[in-house]
Amino acid sequence: MTRQRGEVVVETRDLCMHFGGVRAVDQVDFTLFDRELRCLIGPNGAGKSTFFKCLTGQLTPTSGDVIIRGQEMTGAEPFEVASLGVGIKTQVPNVFDGLTVEENIWLSARRWHGESRARSLTAETIERLRLGDIRRTLVGQLAHGQRQWVELGMVVAAEPWLVLLDEPAAGMTHEETYRTVELIEEINKTSALIVVEHDMQFIRMISRTVTLFHEGRILMQDTMEAISADPRAREVYLGHRA
Amino acid sequence: MSSGMLRQMRPTLVYALLGIVFMFAAPHVLQLFTIINLTTAIALAILALSLALIWGYGGILCFGQVAFFGLGAYVYTISAINIGGSTWAILIAVLLTSAFAAALGYFIFFGRVSDVYLGVITLTVTLIFFSLIRRTSGPEYKIGKALLGGFNGVSSPPINLPWDARTFLFPEQVFYVAMAALILCYVFAGWLVNTKFGRVCVSIRENELRSELLGYDVRLYKLGIFTIGAGIAAVGGVMFCNGVGRITPDVFNLYNAALTIIWVIVGGRGTLIGPAGATFALFYLTSALGGQSVLNNNLVLGVILIVFVLLVPKGVAPTVIDWVNRRRRKRPVRSRRRRRSRAEDAG
Repeated sequence: MTRQRGEVVVETRDLCMHFGGVRAVDQVDFTLFDRELRCLIGPNGAGKSTFFKCLTGQLTPTSGDVIIRGQEMTGAEPFEVASLGVGIKTQVPNVFDGLTVEENIWLSARRWHGESRARSLTAETIERLRLGDIRRTLVGQLAHGQRQWVELGMVVAAEPWLVLLDEPAAGMTHEETYRTVELIEEINKTSALIVVEHDMQFIRMISRTVTLFHEGRILMQDTMEAISADPRAREVYLGHRA
Repeated sequence: MSSGMLRQMRPTLVYALLGIVFMFAAPHVLQLFTIINLTTAIALAILALSLALIWGYGGILCFGQVAFFGLGAYVYTISAINIGGSTWAILIAVLLTSAFAAALGYFIFFGRVSDVYLGVITLTVTLIFFSLIRRTSGPEYKIGKALLGGFNGVSSPPINLPWDARTFLFPEQVFYVAMAALILCYVFAGWLVNTKFGRVCVSIRENELRSELLGYDVRLYKLGIFTIGAGIAAVGGVMFCNGVGRITPDVFNLYNAALTIIWVIVGGRGTLIGPAGATFALFYLTSALGGQSVLNNNLVLGVILIVFVLLVPKGVAPTVIDWVNRRRRKRPVRSRRRRRSRAEDAG
């Protein structure tokens, strides 16, 4: 593959998502480079999750463009975005509750590979995410954090080149969060990532560049240290916590 | 077929084998009247099987599965009268019904119509057929040589040997054909749910958004299983009008539409053998109740439905399977412990 670091993989131009009079996402120009790890932060209602849903095809933007690896994906169906090789994890765990952990992962691997490769990839993923003990358990019977891991497993098993994660650490224990950070860093070796997060601790652990959303717009884009030091950012977001 | 698939299909094949034994034994044991009756029950079991497939595995609650069943019967009857033989008529019935379901399903699934409205639409289509065909009693309503006959229906030509229109099958032989059709449809459906296609359909039943986010076009998968289900229902319809000897618009009425749902609820969603078995049980129950006048038939069916929804919500087959699995899981633990204590004794 001729892709190299530095190529733009996700771009939005003048992206707007309005719900009636509410401008949830307003004129957002966003660029993500290959192998980049980007965090989207912002207070509740800042528009980061709406922006995320516009990228994944769960919402059709009011106006503007979403371009993924040079392809116009505005208003595409979620399966079309995923079919580009994009791995997506939603905010609320979306898993197959009535199926086993193994079957969940297999369904992801089988989308891209034939019978035998899918089977071996499923086994590898289960080992990699340490899900071996619960491989035959129904996902519906698992704890919240484990369900999150199964969903991450499904993302990983598809071997995506771009990964979109909406609040991956929500509801996880400290230990699970730490392992999620490790996993994200491992994924980042081969793929670009966009991570929407609320947990500042978590962002400090993984962040390179952070995009701060406020009232549907990008307020700033910088390192976490710079954002923490900025008075505007402290006011809209960090101020609530300090 | 891979070994994994064979292992997955073992229960299906065991039931199919039992079906084959029954198929060859029944005509020697039972009276002709019972055999003819049984043919009708078999046809209805195929209908239940088709709904078990699309609702139990595809998560599509089609309230009008009986529409495809009735359409299959009508298309078969009309084609057989016009062609003067059953061979092509059967093929046309299955293909035309599937094509109709594919067209209907295209608008439902690609229009992203939600589950509730899917039930409403399919039921409405069924009732439209009911009203429409009821009004066709007159010499002007005919397709080719076949008079539609309004609420009296049309009498269906019996099945003949393939490409030999002069050798009709006797009722006893129609029983063999119907039973073979049921077993083939059952094995086919059992195979289908274990293929990649079937497993993706199950995943869509579990969580549509997740399947979509994995990159599966859920609209296409739903349309696929819906169309296949309609084809199986049409096979049931063909057997039904052969068992009864005619087809009337009553097949499309609300009672039959609801009855199909009851079979699947009682038998259990997520299995194929359950709904098929429940159809036989309820068919014979209603036949037995028909012979007395103390209890109203519909009242009894209603009570059965309520009892199942409240007490056995998963249906008979899944409940039995759960129970067997729980016992099986307990047993190895016990024997392992016994073995260990024996080893300790020896040591």
